[in-house]
Amino acid sequence: MSQSSVMPGFRPTIGFTLFYLGLVVLIPLSTLVFKSFELNWDDYVHIITSKRVLSSFRVSFTTALIAASIASVFGFITAWVLVRYSFFGKNIFHALIDLPFALPTAVAGIVLATIFQPSGFLGKLLMDNFGIQIAFKPAGIVVALIFISIPFVVRTVEPVLLEFETTMEEAGSSLGASRLQVFTKIIFPNIFPALLTGFALAFARGVGEYGSVIFIAGNIPYVSEIVPLLIVIKLEQFDIKGATAIALTMLVISFLLLLLINLLQLWVRKRSGQL
Amino acid sequence: MSILLSDISKNFGAFTALNHINLEVPEGELVALLGPSGCGKTTLLRIIAGLEHTDKGRVLINGDDKTDQNVSQRGIGFVFQHYALFRHMTVFENVAFGLRVKPKRDRPSNEIITKKVHALLDLVQLDWLHNRYPDQLSGGQRQRIALARALAVEPSVLLLDEPFGALDASVRKDLRQWLRNLHHELNVTSIFVTHDQEEAMEVASQVVVLNHGQIEQQGSPSDIYDHPANAFVSRFIGQTNVFDLDEHDADWLQTAGLLNPTQEGKIAHVRPHDIIIEKSDANHAAPATLKDWQHLGALIRLELVKNGSNGSTAPVFAEMPNDQFKQLELARGDKINLKIRQAHWFH
Repeated sequence: MSQSSVMPGFRPTIGFTLFYLGLVVLIPLSTLVFKSFELNWDDYVHIITSKRVLSSFRVSFTTALIAASIASVFGFITAWVLVRYSFFGKNIFHALIDLPFALPTAVAGIVLATIFQPSGFLGKLLMDNFGIQIAFKPAGIVVALIFISIPFVVRTVEPVLLEFETTMEEAGSSLGASRLQVFTKIIFPNIFPALLTGFALAFARGVGEYGSVIFIAGNIPYVSEIVPLLIVIKLEQFDIKGATAIALTMLVISFLLLLLINLLQLWVRKRSGQL
Repeated sequence: MSILLSDISKNFGAFTALNHINLEVPEGELVALLGPSGCGKTTLLRIIAGLEHTDKGRVLINGDDKTDQNVSQRGIGFVFQHYALFRHMTVFENVAFGLRVKPKRDRPSNEIITKKVHALLDLVQLDWLHNRYPDQLSGGQRQRIALARALAVEPSVLLLDEPFGALDASVRKDLRQWLRNLHHELNVTSIFVTHDQEEAMEVASQVVVLNHGQIEQQGSPSDIYDHPANAFVSRFIGQTNVFDLDEHDADWLQTAGLLNPTQEGKIAHVRPHDIIIEKSDANHAAPATLKDWQHLGALIRLELVKNGSNGSTAPVFAEMPNDQFKQLELARGDKINLKIRQAHWFH
C-alpha cells in the first residue's frame, strides 16, 4: 500500500493518525472501560436495569431518532433549496444554516425554552390553539435536537446535490417520466447514501447532546430525563460507579448503532453501483 | 416522422441564441446541425426536444404542434453528450427505464420489457454487459447504452447532442459508421448536433450549417461542399485558401491562372486540391516557393509562399496525392508553377 500510493509519507501520516486516535479517542474511552471493571456484573446489571436509567435510555434514543428523522427531511429540503434555486439573501441563508454549529448549545436551549414554554411566544400559540405543550416534555427535547442537528444533514447532502448531474433528470423526463418519478427514481436514490450519512451524524449528535436539551426538557425523571444528564447527576452524587456503568452502556449502544448505519450505507452504495 | 420548425427565436438575456429559424426535416432523414461553438445548435436541438422553451415560433412533429408540450409528452428520444446514464441502475434497468415509467395501462408486462431490453442491447451489441453499472463501462459503450435507452420508448424522432464529442478519435470513427448503419436499419428521423464538419459530412444525409443563431445553408453534404452559399460555409466546411482582391491579390491570381471575374465578387476561396502544382524551370518568374510540406496520409499538404506579390503574405496551401508528390520530386525551397482550377467567389 505504501508503495502504490502517490501521496508520500504513508508512515508518518498513519503514525500521526494512530497517535491522534490513541490520545483523543482510545485512551479516554478505554479508561472508561477499565473503570467499569471495578464493578462486578451484578452491580452493573442492577444499575442499568433500574427504572430511572432505562427510562432515560428510552427518552434519549427515541428523541434522537425522531429528531434525526425530522432533521433529515427538513435538512434535505433546505439543501435542495440552497443548491437548486437562487434567491435574494441566499448568502445570509447559507451563514444562518451553520449558526447552530457555532452557537453555545446552552444559549440555544435557553432561547428555545423561552419561546416554547407555555407563557412564551410559540408555546402560548400552540397551547391556545392546539393544546400542545412542547417545553418541559420529550417533544421539547426533539425540538432542541432538530435545531442542533439540521446543519449536519444540510452540509452532508449539499455537496452531493451540487455534484448531481441534472442531465440525468432531463434524460428521465425525455423518456417519459413524470416529475415525481424523476424525483423518486432518479434523484432520491442518488442522494440517499449522503442523506443516510447526514442522518447518522444527526442521530449521533442527538444522543450525546446535553447543553441545549437540559434547559427545555424539564428533566422530569422517567419522562424527560436524558442519559447524559443522568450521568452528570450520578457524578454530582459522587456515584462514580453508576455514572461509569451508564456511560459504558451508552458508548456500546451508540457504537453499535453507528456501525449498523454504516453497514446499511455500504449496502445501499453497493446496490446502486457506487462501489 | 417529419419535423417542422417555424420562426424559432430564443434569447438568453441580451444574447440572441437563435434568430428566426425555419427548418424542415423530412421523414427518415439523418440531419446534422453543424456550426461553431456558441452558434445555437444545441439550443435548437433542446428546443425541438422540449428541454428548452422558445421565445417565439412553433415546433411541429409530424404535423402536430408540440411547442407547449413538456419533454416527457413529446415522444422524442434524446441522447446526451455525456450520456447521462442513471448511475444507480444497471445497464438493463437504464434501458428498461422508459418502459417502466409508463402509466399502468400502457406499461408492458415484465416479460415483454425483459425481451425488449435484451433485443435493444443486442442491437447495440452490448447485451453481455446488461448487469453492469454505467461507471464500469467505457465511453463508447456508455454512448451505445444511452442510444439503446432512448430507442426503448420507440421515439418518433431521435435527437443526439454531440453524440461522439466526448470520445477518443478511433472510437468516434467506429461509432459514426455504426450510427449510419443503425439509422439505415431503423429509419427513424434523426437530428444530431456537431461542431465537427468531417463528422457531419460522413454521417448525415442532410447538413444544416448554423452560425450566430441563423441557418447559413442546408443541403446534402456534397451540395454544401461543392456549392457553399457564402464565405462562412466555404471556410467552415473543409480547408480553404482565401484571396482578397482588395489586398492586391489580383495580379498574383492572374499568374496562377485565375482570371479576374470581378463581377462575381472580391474574395476568392480556393480549395487546396483545386491547385495544380508543377516544378518550375524559370527560376525568377515562378509564382510560388515550396516552404514546407506535411504528410496527411493519402494526401500531402504543401505550404507555399507567394513570390513577387504585393498582396497578403499568408501562405497558400495545396494538396495532392502521395504518389503524385513523389513523382514531382520536390524539395523545400523549390520554385513552383501553379494553376488554380476553380474558385468560389464571394462579395
